[in-house]
Amino acid sequence: MATHAGTCPLSQTRLLDDSFMEHRAQVLAVAAFLDRLDRSRDQDAGGDFRLTALREALHVLTESEGGRVGRVQMLLSDRDVRLLEERDRQNALGASGRAHDLQDGGEG
Amino acid sequence: MRYIDLHAHMISRTTDDYHKMALTGCVAVTEPAFWSGRDRLGAQAFADYFDHITTFEPARAAQYGVAHYAWLCLNPKEGEDRELARQVLALIPEFLSRPTVLGIGEIGLNRVTRNELATFLDHVELALEHDQMIHIHTPHLEDKYKGTRVIVETLAKDGRIDPARVMVDHAEEHTVEMILDHGFWTGFTLYPRTKASPARAVDMIEMYGPERLCVASACDWGPSDALAVPEFVLEMRRRGHDEALIYRVVLHNPASFLGQSPKFVRPDAPRERVAAD
Ligand SMILES: [Zn+2]
Repeated sequence: MATHAGTCPLSQTRLLDDSFMEHRAQVLAVAAFLDRLDRSRDQDAGGDFRLTALREALHVLTESEGGRVGRVQMLLSDRDVRLLEERDRQNALGASGRAHDLQDGGEG
Repeated sequence: MRYIDLHAHMISRTTDDYHKMALTGCVAVTEPAFWSGRDRLGAQAFADYFDHITTFEPARAAQYGVAHYAWLCLNPKEGEDRELARQVLALIPEFLSRPTVLGIGEIGLNRVTRNELATFLDHVELALEHDQMIHIHTPHLEDKYKGTRVIVETLAKDGRIDPARVMVDHAEEHTVEMILDHGFWTGFTLYPRTKASPARAVDMIEMYGPERLCVASACDWGPSDALAVPEFVLEMRRRGHDEALIYRVVLHNPASFLGQSPKFVRPDAPRERVAAD
């Protein structure tokens, strides 16, 4: 994925001056959420597809290559583009249990 | 800054929101037909809904100097029910001639099922039959990627569709390129949690440019912000973008798309259009 170098008009220092605090708070919120999951009385979500997707997304954040948001979006997407025969539910859940069974480009 | 909110479900907002939108520069809204948060009891409820958003809402908006337009359809959340779809599709033509109806929308997919696609395609046929513009809802969250792909690839194969008259809305980072590459208009809907934030919408405009791109609040009955477009304007200014680019995205672009309907009265003067093009 292209990184679109030079398209943001603000300097890195200016971006940090403006938004470091906001993103610092967001990183702490994720860290605390993961700790809360660890401390939970019922350790019942080990295989939960949402947690799996979240942990995979956190790996993407530490990659040096740009285009991270697009890769995180795809990790949180159902990549199997085949139509469902019938509607199973009306709402979306934010991550797909089906996506992790597939290789990229493996949809039929 | 004057702006158009191209996607606003005003039926679920209070009059105070019209007031605040007018105070922040909103000159026009377009209201696509959507899901009310629960399935409606029958087709007649849709007739009532279509009547409401083509009479009561334009009158309520006019009190604040805001022009109000509507798009009509059976929304994707209820599109699985083919019998209901047949009944609602039969109701729509009598409303299409109303003076503020711009086209068919927001049609699309929800869980991306066979029936939803069939209902979507029935609406596309209706739009073609009545020479209407189309406004498309792409699915939520994990279903967005596959739903957008199915919609874009299906429409791109149909030579009767002019992509310049179709808005494929609710784009995000993983769908914006495929929509634009096929010649459609697209929109970023600015939600606190579930879609694009103002900051991410600005990122995408920086990366892809302003061509065929709009932003909207998509404010509805859920967590959403009727003033999301002014928030976007503020974010654009904080990023150092000039007023001409902001004007283009929040007024000129939606006016150019919507102005393809003879019913839409453009709020931008001809002189401003030439300057923005
Ligand atoms: Zn909507």
